[in-house]
Amino acid sequence: MTERLWFVLPECVMLLGVVICAINGVSRSAAVRQGLPGIAIATLVGAWIASMLVYGAEGAVSADGPWSPPLPWLGAMVLPMACAVGIVLVFVQGGAIDRRYEARVASGQTSFDPLRSSRGEYWVFFLLSIMGLMLTCGAPDLIWLFLGLELTSLPTYVMVAVGRYERRSQEAAMKYFFLGALSAAMFLFGFALLYGATGTLSLTEMASVLAERHEATGSVGSLAIIGLLLSFFGISFKLAAAPLHLYAADVYEGAAAHVTAFLGFVPKAAGAVAAMLLLTILGDGPLPDAVLVTLWIMAVLTMTLGNIGALLQQRTKRMLAYSSIAHSGYLFIGLIAGPGAGYAAVLVYLVAYGFGNTATFAVLASLKRDGEEVETLEELAGLRERHPRLAWALAISAGSLLGFPPLLGFWGKLLLFIAGVASGHVVLVIIAGVNSAISAWYYLRLVALPLTSDATGRSRGVECASESGPKIAALLGCLAVVVLPLGFAGLTDMADEAVGTVKNSSTEVAAASLPE
Amino acid sequence: MLAVLLLVIPLFAAVVVAAGPARLARGVSFVASLAALGVAIIAAIDFDGWGIGGWGLSWSSSLLPEYGIALTLGADSVSMMLVLLTAVLMPLAMLGSWTAVQHRVREYYAWLLVLATAMTGVFLARDLLVFYVCFEFTLVPMYFLIAIYGSSNRAWASVKFFIYTFLGSLFALAGLLYVAWQAMQHGGSWSFSIPYLVEFASTNMTTSEQAWILLALMAGFAVKIPLFPVHTWLPLAHTEAPTAGSVILAGVLLKLGTYGLYRFVLPMVPAAVVEWAPLMAVLAIIGVLYAALICWVQTDVKKLVAYSSVSHLGFCVLGLFALNPMGLQGAVLYMINHGLSTGALFFLIGMMYERYHTRDMAKVGGLGKRMPVWSCFMVFFVLASVGLPGLNGFVSEFLCLIAAFTAGGTGSYPGVLGPWFAAIAALGMILAAMYLLIMVGKVVFGTLNEPTADRGDLPVDLSLREILVLVPLAIGCIYLGIQPDVAMHAMQGSIESTLAAYPDLAGASHEVLAATGGTP
Repeated sequence: MTERLWFVLPECVMLLGVVICAINGVSRSAAVRQGLPGIAIATLVGAWIASMLVYGAEGAVSADGPWSPPLPWLGAMVLPMACAVGIVLVFVQGGAIDRRYEARVASGQTSFDPLRSSRGEYWVFFLLSIMGLMLTCGAPDLIWLFLGLELTSLPTYVMVAVGRYERRSQEAAMKYFFLGALSAAMFLFGFALLYGATGTLSLTEMASVLAERHEATGSVGSLAIIGLLLSFFGISFKLAAAPLHLYAADVYEGAAAHVTAFLGFVPKAAGAVAAMLLLTILGDGPLPDAVLVTLWIMAVLTMTLGNIGALLQQRTKRMLAYSSIAHSGYLFIGLIAGPGAGYAAVLVYLVAYGFGNTATFAVLASLKRDGEEVETLEELAGLRERHPRLAWALAISAGSLLGFPPLLGFWGKLLLFIAGVASGHVVLVIIAGVNSAISAWYYLRLVALPLTSDATGRSRGVECASESGPKIAALLGCLAVVVLPLGFAGLTDMADEAVGTVKNSSTEVAAASLPE
Repeated sequence: MLAVLLLVIPLFAAVVVAAGPARLARGVSFVASLAALGVAIIAAIDFDGWGIGGWGLSWSSSLLPEYGIALTLGADSVSMMLVLLTAVLMPLAMLGSWTAVQHRVREYYAWLLVLATAMTGVFLARDLLVFYVCFEFTLVPMYFLIAIYGSSNRAWASVKFFIYTFLGSLFALAGLLYVAWQAMQHGGSWSFSIPYLVEFASTNMTTSEQAWILLALMAGFAVKIPLFPVHTWLPLAHTEAPTAGSVILAGVLLKLGTYGLYRFVLPMVPAAVVEWAPLMAVLAIIGVLYAALICWVQTDVKKLVAYSSVSHLGFCVLGLFALNPMGLQGAVLYMINHGLSTGALFFLIGMMYERYHTRDMAKVGGLGKRMPVWSCFMVFFVLASVGLPGLNGFVSEFLCLIAAFTAGGTGSYPGVLGPWFAAIAALGMILAAMYLLIMVGKVVFGTLNEPTADRGDLPVDLSLREILVLVPLAIGCIYLGIQPDVAMHAMQGSIESTLAAYPDLAGASHEVLAATGGTP
């Protein structure tokens, strides 16, 4: 039991930060309330250090015993990634939360009423959601997995609603909430079927039960497969993957840019992690046909619908929403490629996507037109004339999302493609390649409009927000996609270790993932 | 170390130019490209692989050991020649656009320098991923050069150029990754070393596997060359690009495609190449004739020269798929010759455009009376391009045709083309003479037809700077026309190693030909 507590030390640090934010958020002192982002950063840094303590210690996590999760080292990569991208996300939020109310308090129009302020709550939910992601990756059983996933998602519903004072945000939050509830019901039902099929909640025990059954009867049984697939449909909501991807465009557009940046990464990472954990119950061997075919179709549909949808958009955030759907499709390649190299590629890709996507939204969050967010792509035309650095940041992050060498996105995609080819799914990789080329079309617009076009009447009104937070976030994100390729060997090492059950070398991992 | 210098000098200069004041941009980038040329010349003198083959300029640094990805550089004699071509064209391109570019000057020169690094990187790469990264990265600077500094339709041209090439090279990447994976299964560990993978694929893969790889690689390289029917981006990109962009595009970027054929396709998948060579040759010949016919009806001078590139590179591909040493010699020479003469033609058209702001043959003509020096150069380079004996174009074109003619299934190489291929392709030479000489007839000779000139600070005829741009290219054309054997001898070793796998295939292909009734 104490071992287990040690294991969740980073989450405990997060919880501490949550409590402090909750208390400070209702403080009457404006200075204390303004210090909330600082506390959030300190919490994330603390959790990062804690995760290094937990996973750095030799033998701290053991692969056997009832408590241990199926991929015991997963947190060694996911936690630092969540903290690092989380810190950038804190900068994206900046002082935007509850700004209007704070301004009224500051000007003396109204006295501070803790019940009306939402700043403290927002940061609490922000940290709780990241904490949900951290808990998800350590889930040893279905209950824990479900709670982790829901802890990731529930705060985001509120964050969408309170992110800005617009009816569209409320509408987006409602859509997001109802579909989220549907998806939770779906994977809960799937979990119930899995429990029925195996008689256990523990993922590792489930794996051994299914392996025995597979040995005895030649298949894992249709109940388990149906349960798994239902869970996957539910999780596809978190990933914004087909068939539950349709909410993405409306929700991303309706939410404020800084909230969208959060939605684009944290729930998606949690979904990808949960998908990996669920797939471990099928063991290391080739996937059963039904699962393989379903995942394959989900992958192709997700990337194709995402990319084609993005092509048709005129509004920046809708376009990026569809592009984030497409990225989930690429992630599926790694899931299909299976344990070892495939999962490692998923983790690396999440890092690349996380920084690239966050930087893109950070740029959008720092642009204002008449005090509102920029909406259409045309408003970005000629951005370089007045804000060259933001224009370049947008171009670099779009290039990384496109997967253009030598940016981080390329190396992430390369690992996914290598894993896909190495597991024999050449056709899938080719489809992903064609999709990448399609995506070039709309990512190029994010490069061409700001950098090569001349400003138009509408885009001249675009101003840079006064606060520096989002600009710093854009800088950090771009730095990450430009500099991290230099340390790519370390990143892949980390990912390889994170998805192994013991610390092992990558060639063994790669060899283990090969089909018979 | 020289290899690293060749890459770092332009890159470093690009950073300096982008960050420094605009008035220094031209000077700094010109000096940097001269420095790179100097290094390239030193490297070429230092290089001991001329003639005998083998690799020089080697440099290596481990990048991602567990996946076998290393930053390995090196050059054989053919790479060395193309590096030299790049190094020669860069300072000329800088000099040639001295007055043409007046807005966003720093970015312009920074992109040109980045482009120089990327192109040199392609020729120097001995690791697959280094090759791919550089190959892809050439797109970015070229994209910006077209999209910012191009003519009226630049937005569409740049996007079409980018997406066409990006899609093609993704297929090539998939094919190359497949080879690397097969090699990994075979050898137990990842390696992306080009010589290793070439060796592996040519000896261990079945013909049908090789055929798939051939198709994947061709998808990437054919777009770049460009081969019929994936050539449609080129005339658009050429027409819209600024002068230096067109020069680099025709001079070096198109050669990345033929270099890819030479470095990867031919040595990597020989068995498939022997089977597919006739089809590729037919596509090349269609390209030669079709593009030539299009040239004939062009009124836009720049578009005419752009289409002539499609036509000319068809000869080059024909030479490569003749699969004998003579054909490869012709093709490699063609790469260099085309870079010199077509590059010069684009310079000349740019100079005319800078003075008259039109490229329409209906609006401008008879410039021989107004600009005698310009006209001399124009006639000279057109003749070089047409293939006048004594100038460079003739040698390479003739070699490619002879090689295709003799690749008839006898001898020690598995030739699968034959007299008919050469005969039909030779029509392209006649057409080339027609359309190029018609252009010269209209633009240089004939009655003076001059739109209102807006020359800015430029003199009526060429300035000393412009003459200095053209003279080195003219010297190159004459030298390679009179003394082609120097270059042909120098590339001998490299060609032998590229064709190393073919003599073994000769017998088999002769049997196939005999079974199907002699000549194809």
